[in-house]
This record gives sequence, C-alpha cells and structure tokens, in this order.
Amino acid sequence: MSESETKNEINRRQFLGNMLKTACSVGLVGLGLGAYSHRASSMPANYLRPPGALPEEEFLGACIRCGLCVRDCPYEILFLGEVGDEVATGTPYFIARTGPCEMCEEIPCVVACPTNALDHELKDIEESRMGLAVVIDQESCIAFHGLRCEVCFNVCPIRGRAISLDMQHNTRSGKHALFIPVVHSNACTGCGLCERACILEEAAIKIFPTHLAKGALGEHYRLGWQEKAEAGKALVTPDTEHRYNLPEGVRYDLQGEGLIIDGKAEETPFSSNPLDTLNSGFMDK
Amino acid sequence: MKLTRREFIKSNAAAAAASVAGVTIPVTQAVAAVDADDGIRWDKAACRYCGTGCSVLMGVKDGKVVASQGDPDAPVNKGLNCIKGYFLPKILYGEDRLTKPLLRKTNGKYDKDGKFEAVSWDEAFKTMAEKWIAARKAKGAKGIGMFGSGQWTVWEGYAASKLLKAGFRSNSLEPNARHCMASAVGAFMRGFGIDEPMVCYDDLEHADVFVLWGANMAEMHPILWSRLTDTRLTKPGCEVHVLSTYEHRCYELADNGMVFEPQTDLAILNYIANYIIQNKAYNKEFIDKHVNFTKTPTDIGYGLRATDPREKAAKNRNKGKLSKISFEEYAKSVEPYTLEHTSKLSKVPEDKLLRLAKAYADPNKKVASYWTMGFNQHTRGVWVNGLCYNVHLLMGKIAEPGNSPFSLTGQPSACGTAREVGTFTHRLPADLVVKKDAHCKFAEKTWKLPAGTIPRANGKADDADQSDISGKPMGKTLIHAVAMHRALKDGKMNTFWVMCNNNMQAAANMNDESLPGWRNADNFITVSDPYPTVSAQAADLILPTAMWIEKEGAYGNAERRTQFWREQVSAPGEAKSDLWQLMEFAKYIKVEDVWPADLIAKKPEYAGKTLYEVLYTNGQVDKFPAEQVTDSRGNNYNNHESSDFGFYVQKGLFEEYRLFNSAEGIPKKGHEMAEFGAYHKARGLRWPVINGKETLWRFREGYDPHVAKGEGVKFYGKPDGRANIITAPYEPAAEPPDKEFDLWLCTGRVLEHWHSGSMTRRVPELYRAVPDAVIYMHPKDAKKRRLRNGALAKISSRRGEIVCKVDTKGRNKPPEGLVFVPWFDAGRLINKLTLDQTDPLSKETDYKKCAVKIARA
Repeated sequence: MSESETKNEINRRQFLGNMLKTACSVGLVGLGLGAYSHRASSMPANYLRPPGALPEEEFLGACIRCGLCVRDCPYEILFLGEVGDEVATGTPYFIARTGPCEMCEEIPCVVACPTNALDHELKDIEESRMGLAVVIDQESCIAFHGLRCEVCFNVCPIRGRAISLDMQHNTRSGKHALFIPVVHSNACTGCGLCERACILEEAAIKIFPTHLAKGALGEHYRLGWQEKAEAGKALVTPDTEHRYNLPEGVRYDLQGEGLIIDGKAEETPFSSNPLDTLNSGFMDK
Repeated sequence: MKLTRREFIKSNAAAAAASVAGVTIPVTQAVAAVDADDGIRWDKAACRYCGTGCSVLMGVKDGKVVASQGDPDAPVNKGLNCIKGYFLPKILYGEDRLTKPLLRKTNGKYDKDGKFEAVSWDEAFKTMAEKWIAARKAKGAKGIGMFGSGQWTVWEGYAASKLLKAGFRSNSLEPNARHCMASAVGAFMRGFGIDEPMVCYDDLEHADVFVLWGANMAEMHPILWSRLTDTRLTKPGCEVHVLSTYEHRCYELADNGMVFEPQTDLAILNYIANYIIQNKAYNKEFIDKHVNFTKTPTDIGYGLRATDPREKAAKNRNKGKLSKISFEEYAKSVEPYTLEHTSKLSKVPEDKLLRLAKAYADPNKKVASYWTMGFNQHTRGVWVNGLCYNVHLLMGKIAEPGNSPFSLTGQPSACGTAREVGTFTHRLPADLVVKKDAHCKFAEKTWKLPAGTIPRANGKADDADQSDISGKPMGKTLIHAVAMHRALKDGKMNTFWVMCNNNMQAAANMNDESLPGWRNADNFITVSDPYPTVSAQAADLILPTAMWIEKEGAYGNAERRTQFWREQVSAPGEAKSDLWQLMEFAKYIKVEDVWPADLIAKKPEYAGKTLYEVLYTNGQVDKFPAEQVTDSRGNNYNNHESSDFGFYVQKGLFEEYRLFNSAEGIPKKGHEMAEFGAYHKARGLRWPVINGKETLWRFREGYDPHVAKGEGVKFYGKPDGRANIITAPYEPAAEPPDKEFDLWLCTGRVLEHWHSGSMTRRVPELYRAVPDAVIYMHPKDAKKRRLRNGALAKISSRRGEIVCKVDTKGRNKPPEGLVFVPWFDAGRLINKLTLDQTDPLSKETDYKKCAVKIARA
C-alpha cells in the first residue's frame, strides 16, 4: 500500500465514522443554548427522560405518572418529579452526572410503561435518543490540551461510533498527538455514561436534550467526500487519466501530494567532499 | 466555584461569541484560580507511575500538595500527562493512609492469628529482628527474604541490596521487576552482555515503521503513544504494525493489525528472519563484522515446581547455555517457518505477515520494535526477546536513530533501581553478578567488607565453601521471586519483607502458593505499605510508609534517564520511607547475629557493631553532612532521613553507588552516571553520562563514547564486541485450553489504574471512571455461554475462581477463544486463577496464558 493510500485510509476511516461531527461543535452548541434560554421554563437541561420517551409535549400528555418505569429500573437511576421541582410532577427523569442510563438490553423501563409514553416500538436500546452528548467545555477538557484521558471514549457503550477520537498533531509540544473526543449524533443515545465518567470536577462533556444540542446543516448542502464514500464511487463520471508536461525527475500525483520532485542525485562512489576521496588513497587497492 | 445556571449560560454565550470572533476571554473560574495560586511552591518530580518517566511539577502550599502540572520543559512529556498523572496529588491523600506500625496480636503479644494493633516502631523492629535472626540462623541464607520494587527509589534499592547481600549475607532479594522485565534483561545479557535499551525515545520521531509486539502502548505508555501517533500522522510513509493476542487500543492506529494465537510470536519472528534470509535482504557486512550465531537448548520446561509432570517431561529443564553455530546452520533453523506454516500456526493472514516481513526487510525503512509484557511475561520470554533482536541484527537495523529494538519497562524505576542497582537475587550494582567471584570481591572492597562476606551463587568463594552463621556451608544461594513463595509455603523460608509493591495481588496462583505461604504458621511476613492493600491484609506486621514525594527520590526510566526529586511534603503520622525503614531496621541486627566468627575475625573492628554501622556509617555513606536542601530559587525542603540519621543519606548512598558505575577500575564500563548534584538541577540525564554528556544511542560511534573512532558499531558488553543472534524454535505454552477449560486467559492493566490499583482506586474520579475489573470477551463466546454484555459470570481455572461482569463491547476485543481480565481490582483477584509458570531462564511469570472456563454466575 502506498503512502498516500495509507494516509487516505485513516482519513476515510475517520470521516466515515464521523458523519455528523461538525453538527456537535461549539458554535452550534452556542445556537442550542440560545434555544435553551427560551425554553428553560419547561425542564432543566440536565434532566433527561428515560429511553423511548416521546417528544416532550406528547410525553407529558401520554405519561400517567404511574412510576412503573422508576420501579423497574434495575439501576435505580430514575426519579419522579415532585411538587416544586422544575419538572412536571410525577414524571420520570434522570440526571446523567450522578446516575446515567446503563443501557439495559431488555429496556425494562419501556416494557413497564402502560401508556406508550415510553415508546414500545423501541426494541434496541442503541436506537434510543435520550439526549445528545456534547463536549461543551473544550477549554477544560484535558484531551484538547493533549493529556491522555479519553475516559468518555472508553466508557461509551456504543464504542467508537457515538464517540470517536480525532487524532491531531499537537502544535504546541511539536511531537505529541491530541486525541480529541468527537460525538456523533447518528449513534449517541444520550445515556450519559460519558458525563458521569468525566474526571473533571465539572464535566466537560454533558448530555443535553437533542433539540438544544443539535444544529442542522442547510438542507441543500451535502459533504462531498461523505457522499462519495457512501456511494463507494464518484457521483459523476470518474475523472480521466491526466498527463502532464514535466521535466526529468518530476512526477505529479493528482489525488495525493501533487508535484513530486525526485531531486535526489544519483549515487556515485564518491563522497561529496573531495577531501574524503583525496585522503582515502586509491580505490583499486 | 459553582456558577448559577444564569451565570453559566451567560459566560458560555459570551465564550461562544468570543470564539466566533477569534478571541479567548478568561472566565471567572480562571481568574479565581490565579489568586489561589499565590504562595504555591513548585518543584519538579518524576511521575509516580509507569516507565515512561514523565516529569511533573508539584505545587505545595502549607505542607500539602495542592496542585500539579506536567512539566512543560521535560523532553519526554512537554507538559503533558495521562489521566493517572493528572491526579497525582490525590494518590497521597486517600482517607485510609496507614500512619502507625500494626502488628497482629492477641492479649498484648504477637500472634499469627491475632488482630492488627498499633505498635511503636521499636516494638515492630524488635519483633521483626528476633524473627529474622532466628530464621537466618536456622534456615540459612535462603531462610529470609525480601521482595522489593521497581518503584523503589534508586537509593532504597541500593540500601536494600547492601542490607541483604552484605548485612544478612543473603541473596534472597528480589524486586517485583522480576514479574515485569526479567526476560528483557536475560535477552540483553545473552545478546549484548550489558543490560538496558541501547536506544531512546527520540526513535519515536525517527522511525518510519513502528512494530508493537505485545505492548499496549496506547494505555500503558500513554505519552509515548502520543508521540508515536504524532509521527504516524505527520510523517509521510510512516506505518504502524500491531501484534497481540487480542485487539486493543493500539489497533485504532494500526495500518497492519494482527491478532495471533498465544505463543506463536516465536514462530512469527522466525518467519521474518527466514524471509530476510530467503530474499537475501540481510546486511552481510554488518553480520560479518558485528554478529555471532548461536543456539540455545530447547524443551526447557515452564518454571513450575519440579514435581509437575510438564517439568519431568522437559529434556533440558532450565538450561540456557549458548553454543556457536554457523550462519548456514542458523538459516536452516528458521527454514521451517515458511509463510504458509506460520500463518496456519499463528492464525494471522498471510498477506499481513508478508507486509510485516517486508517492512523489516526493506533496507530503506527505519524500524522501531516496541515490546513490554507480551514478550516479557512469556514462558519463552528470553527467547522471544532474542528473536526480535535477531531480526534487527540480521538487517543491521539497530542502535541508531529510528532503528530501534526497544524493550519498554512498565515501572518508573525498574531500570533505575531494580536493574541498575541490581536488587535481584543474582545481581550486584551496575551489572555485576554474584555468580562471579571477582565481582563479589569488587563489591566487598567497595563496601569495606571482609573478603567472602557476600554469598556467591554457588556458596563458594575462592573455590572454598563460604562459612555461615547457620554452622553449615553457605550452599547455593539464589532464589527467585516465584521460588520465594514456594519456599514460604514449604517452610524453607520463614521471614519475608515486602516493600513498595502488592505481591499478594500480583503473584500468580495466589490460592495454591502465595497465600498458604504467607499464612504458614512458621512464617513472619512484613509488609511496608502506605495503604491497607491485599498484601497488608495478608501480613503479620504492617509498616506505614512514606510515598513518592514524601521523601527525596530518584527514578530511572526506560530510556536510561535518571531523574531526581526533593522531599515535597511530610508523610502522615508515623509513616516513614522505605529507606528509613531499611536503615533503621539495620540498627536492630548485630554483626554477631548474622555473621560467623571467622568472618568477623577478618575485620575485628566490626565486632559488636550493628549492620547499620557496618553498612551505612562506613565513612562513605555518611560522608556528606546533613544540609538544608534548597532549590535554585531559595526554597527550603525537608529531608527526614537526613534529619533522623544525621547525614545526607541519599547523597552518600548515591555517591557510594557511583563507585560501582563511574569510578576508575570498575569491572564493567558503560553505566556511568553524573555526580549527585547534577540530577537535582537537570530534568533527567540519560546514562552513560561521561564528562557531563549524555548518551542517546549506545554501541554506535559518535553517539556512544565507549565506541572508539573507526569502530563504527561495537557491542562492547561482549568480550569480542559482537552481539549474539540466538536461534530458538516455537514451543507450545504450558497450559493451553482444553475441553473443560476452553479459553485462554490473558491479564494486564488499563490506562486509568496503576498496577494493583492501591493508589489509583483511591482517587474517586479514577475509581468512578473504571470501578471494577471486567471480563473482556468475544460476543460469540459470550453468546455460547448464554451471557450478555454486562452479565455476571464466573471465571475459573484449575486454581481458583472469581465473579466479574462480562464486557463484549469495550476497549479490548479478544478473538474467539481468549478472554482478557485486568488485575487492578482488589475486589476481584484474577491472580487466584493465573498459573505460577515462568520462563525457565528469566524466572519471570507468564501472566498472559493459562486456561479458564466461564459460566453464568
């Protein structure tokens, strides 16, 4: 495998796994927070509904405040809103930092729900969307400074798909890599295991309700390299073979390095320093 | 500082706006932090954990470590840390620090079955001394034992070596490094005649190809992995090959990831050598000038007890004497390892093996091979280390920037203390060995001891039996770590002192060997520990210990870098450093207690003296008066050992140690070190240090001052200056899976916890991140046993069982037929299952291969 192919392989791998990485970057989170300040009255942003919960308005209509989901949660992470709480009384919620969803394969809370407020169509816990993890404080996250932490990545139950590590050159140290955690909304369930595990005093990665966390690319726009990767080929006719007018010892790698000058002088039996030759005696000895 | 929700939204909105505008603004927390930093004294230290040797700056205020940072000027880590390093201050302040000596007692008297009660240091040492003197007299040189550490500071190891070898006249001294890199040492000595890597971390930037052989560098050497990754990302053509028996985090970067059947690394390396020879790719000039070809005896057993049928069946049990062969004979010996055969045996696809072989065989690619416990904890560990050197030597890709066979060490001072000081049963400082009469004589002269004090390996000095306090001839004196536990169980060793490690949690086959040995009614076990570890629980006497920067210290990392630190804070309560404990205990032993009269007669001035006086106030160690320790900025530091003993203990020990590695007329050159003061100034120096200059690559003209001009390459550890290529075949493992125990078990570490977790599991954040050991297994293997991810399972071997959660989705992805369980968890002791098999040559335990079965719990 040639150099450029190997390099491309890494890039492709990263991109394939990272379909929506830009969607979760800081700028868009800023937008999300704007939305949050408008709707803050509904429920605190760190209160999360159990797996399979219908959209909030519908959920509030469907939930009969029976508490069966709370009863059947084997990890006892669910609370019921009490009078005076900022959450509708009698409705279930959890807080990721102190008690995240452990992602039971059987989803007992959903099974227990008598009204479909927790959607019984949800059979695979990995399909649930309780919220979305956001690396919200990149100033404090030690991975962004090059420390080898990666706890969020390591504890993520949708390993490698919901959180991946983007490896980058550390320009400050000059010889280390950064392992930047990147969340992918196409896989993140919002379980909150990453938020709980974050080793900072205040978590740098947090789960937000999806509507607060998620941005949206203009409907018209596609990321060309992703489209190509998905299709497995160019969307339009493959490019023709290009040939160039080039002097001796120069190549052109269209998709890779571009111009390549094989500048190395041909090897001769002589040192570049004439004194070496002069002082070494006759060659035919 | 807690922000209200309103403030939080505001500050983040502002930060978002600022980041759009391309500026950063300080948020309120940062301003507050600056104020709180007033009055913090910063000083450097080597990180407490792994062999990487990152440097950290520790911030102390009011006698407490309140802050830490990676040292931005340290060449290894440039200000970075791993997740464990981030929490360094917290390891000192677990709530259950031990602060008083604790002795098992009933009705006020020592009782093996009693409960732990606080006692004075005087009572602790008196009780201990009585037991040690009695055991030494009754059972001979191997009747006592000490098990130290690659986490000891340099002078602690040195003081221990003197206490055991010179004071007690016993070679029953081993470090936990025996479990860690003894195989690497064996291969260095056999191949090159001198210990420790000839290369350095700069290879991480200079190599074109990286090959990891049984090293999960991504988790175990996190900062080195960061450097390797950076090179992979930034250097055109760079490629990474990863080999292991299961897929781990390094495979995230691998261009060529290979999972091989346990033990077949032996075959893979021979295949590469065969490929190089078949394609005539070897560097003939290099081989002709610098290499000898040899072979090693085969069918050597598995280091089990002699009664084990596998040992009885071995033709050449424990044998390792090399015999010379020709290049042609060597070529013939690797001929059976064809691509087809090796692929079949190892289960690695042919194209992957071929790609690996080509990388080594390409004369234009610089190849760095890294290995750790996958090679070392191996019943053929010395062989497999050597097979890797064979490949590098065949190509001449060795001992120069980027061409780097690199045995990484796990512990912070496995090199600096265990190996360089020589705290092994067979070793003395600076690569000297007790097998050689001349080396012992040199040590005796340096230590001002009567001739014949140090017990020789065979108990004979000048071909005559050494006399002993037991009244019997000294006899054979070597006893390695695993044999110590066996001797305790068999009642042949009666006292045992464990320092700076947690061997009850570490040593294999706890149920059958270690625990019965420690709890044997005839035995008295002392454990020096800062925390109530599994080892402390199993002890009879616990000595509370000062940790890391609670004492002045020195570590030596994997690239021969020696790093010093000053005492930053005082230890809690009555806790004392290992160094203090070793020296203070020596005051309780008189020469007459442990030396026979004829030996004392050779130095009558030692009569009536304590071992403390003979060993530590010998005019050398106590040469430097106690002084106020200061740094260049005028800050003052305590030094409790100097205050207590009245002289600059660390300096005296280090300077005496330098008589072994840096003085005129030493038996083995190549380990030279700078004088004591230089290390307090520098951020570590890589030895040999000669005339103030460090050595980066050894054996190479221009880089190594021991190689003369015109010599090019010289492996000067060997008398003829040539390295050995040592052929060795593939041989099967000791306990492969069978019908009942149908899975391989491999054990190891995780990024978040250091070794047995005694420090890191006391850091709440690290505990929360990775609370318990789990069984990493293949989803199909789980399904076959009706186990789901997260289910509780019972894992058992012929020796024991534990219950763990199953993890089929986690960071380690074993192939079908193998499971991986980390050993950090004191609540789930995987060493109840592991087999006390060792490499018969290095005596290092193989923790990577035994047979287990798993069922629903």
